[in-house]
Amino acid sequence: MSNQVALTGNEAMAQAMKQINPDVVAAYPITPQTEVVQMFSQFVADGAVDTEFVTVESEHSAMSATVGAAAGGARAMTATAANGLALMWEIVYIAASTRLPIVMPVVNRALSGPINIHCDHSDAMGARDSGWIQLYAENAQEAYDNAIQAVRIGEHEDVRLPVMVNMDGFIISHAVENLELLADEDVKEFIGEYTAEHTLLDTENPIAVGPLDLQDYYFEHKVQQAEAMENAQKVVVEVAKEYKNLTGRGFEYFEEYKLEDAEIAILALASTAGTAKAAVDKLREEGVKAGLLKLRMFRPFPAKEVAKALSGLKAVAVMDRADTFSTIGGPVFADVRSALYDVKSDVEVVNYIYGLGGRDTTVEDLEFVYNDLQGIVNSGEVNKRVKYLGVRE
Amino acid sequence: MANLTEIRWHGRGGQGSKTASILLGKVASKTGKNIQAFPEYGPERMGAPVLAFNRISDEKLTVHCQVYSPDIVMVLDPTLLESVDVDEGVPADGTIIINTTLQPSEIKEKLGFDGKVFTVDANGISTEEIGAPFPNTPMLGALIKATGLLEFEGFKTEIKKEFEKKFASKPEVIDGNMKSIERAYQEVKSE
Repeated sequence: MSNQVALTGNEAMAQAMKQINPDVVAAYPITPQTEVVQMFSQFVADGAVDTEFVTVESEHSAMSATVGAAAGGARAMTATAANGLALMWEIVYIAASTRLPIVMPVVNRALSGPINIHCDHSDAMGARDSGWIQLYAENAQEAYDNAIQAVRIGEHEDVRLPVMVNMDGFIISHAVENLELLADEDVKEFIGEYTAEHTLLDTENPIAVGPLDLQDYYFEHKVQQAEAMENAQKVVVEVAKEYKNLTGRGFEYFEEYKLEDAEIAILALASTAGTAKAAVDKLREEGVKAGLLKLRMFRPFPAKEVAKALSGLKAVAVMDRADTFSTIGGPVFADVRSALYDVKSDVEVVNYIYGLGGRDTTVEDLEFVYNDLQGIVNSGEVNKRVKYLGVRE
Repeated sequence: MANLTEIRWHGRGGQGSKTASILLGKVASKTGKNIQAFPEYGPERMGAPVLAFNRISDEKLTVHCQVYSPDIVMVLDPTLLESVDVDEGVPADGTIIINTTLQPSEIKEKLGFDGKVFTVDANGISTEEIGAPFPNTPMLGALIKATGLLEFEGFKTEIKKEFEKKFASKPEVIDGNMKSIERAYQEVKSE
């Protein structure tokens, strides 16, 4: 049984957390994530969840308490955004390397400075190498769906990794949209009971968590982390299939929108992918063979599958809502271009860095990108590989 | 997109533009529409000009940018006409509904706008019915009458449920809000 509702992204995320009913949530409020924590704390106060809610004095402590709870065998969650994620940094890496299946909604916001509360992906993209699985959502429905699936993905015995569930700040977090919620019992059944294999509280089988790990084993442990990420690719697909059976919704690594016969395409993640669909529809009416690849999973990066989906195209624009300041493009671009290198494809790939600090990205902006791709196809030339979209000269 | 209605709300911080857009969105959703309701988050200050938006459609909505060519503009404060270009991007057959004691013809002349203009004294109505100027809920009544966006009886049933949730701690204001909507529906003026 599902239930059609109109909620903000933050309300939907709080509902997902309520239905997941974690053992422990330790969180610190930060715009635009604040409402998630505020609403969840109300659920705790109302007795609607069984969660031990730990109020902390900073995000560093939030992640530390979450790590502690997870090491004790609890199903533990937190949530953050932007500078909050930055303050967690040290412990974010420790969560992954300790192989703790924490689920953390990140309501994406531009990282300071200059200080800005609006959406871009500089927060999560900065954490791309932290060893967390990263899922991105086009809308509130997908953010909700990803949060529920994240529990299963992270806790899978072949994975045991934390998962970041990303949602665009304000654009999704503060906008009301229609979505369907699952019934509480369906979520409970889908995620199942969590039993950690090793926990600090298992006094029969005592363990140490976080001991010094020098030249002798550190490297092996990092390779095991990488292997877990490889395993996550398989598990993400399994969980997505099962979720689709339950709800009729969802995607594995990405959604292909009118991509099958497309000649030019945009690769985007998060809310802009939805706006790009409108641009594709307009161009299709004009006879332009435009398509879209909407990436759901950025970590691990589904290189083979992305390359296969794009290799037959003539030109692709990769959209990055974060800059790396490498001067050679954004983080998604780097991975997509690298993935395509192996398949020896002739597809031209260009990069647009867009929407930093919440700069609005319109249907017309994305049509402009498709027109640029059409120009590349017609002329056979790329005049500039990396561009900034919608920025004033 | 077929059957897509885009709305832009102009108000001042504290007047409830965001709340009005969310109430409209939630009610329209209950009637089976696909909806979006979202404010523009700037540096909000009490009294500063603010914006909120709606998209309402029979089809699934995927666009996630602001509304630039609204079919309907709602103006919650008449003094905004002095400082904000409220008809920006509005097509020639668009609709502007404004909280004012002036006549539609006077507003049309002031704006130099040729489309449809409706006026309603939402401050006066809410002051009488709720006890203070809360123009946002009466403006919803005016919107439904002027545009026929939703069927009025169904709208009232659903918005009452939203009020019952929103005002759970002060149920005494529900009747005043409902009366404000009803009166604005009756009293909104066209040319």
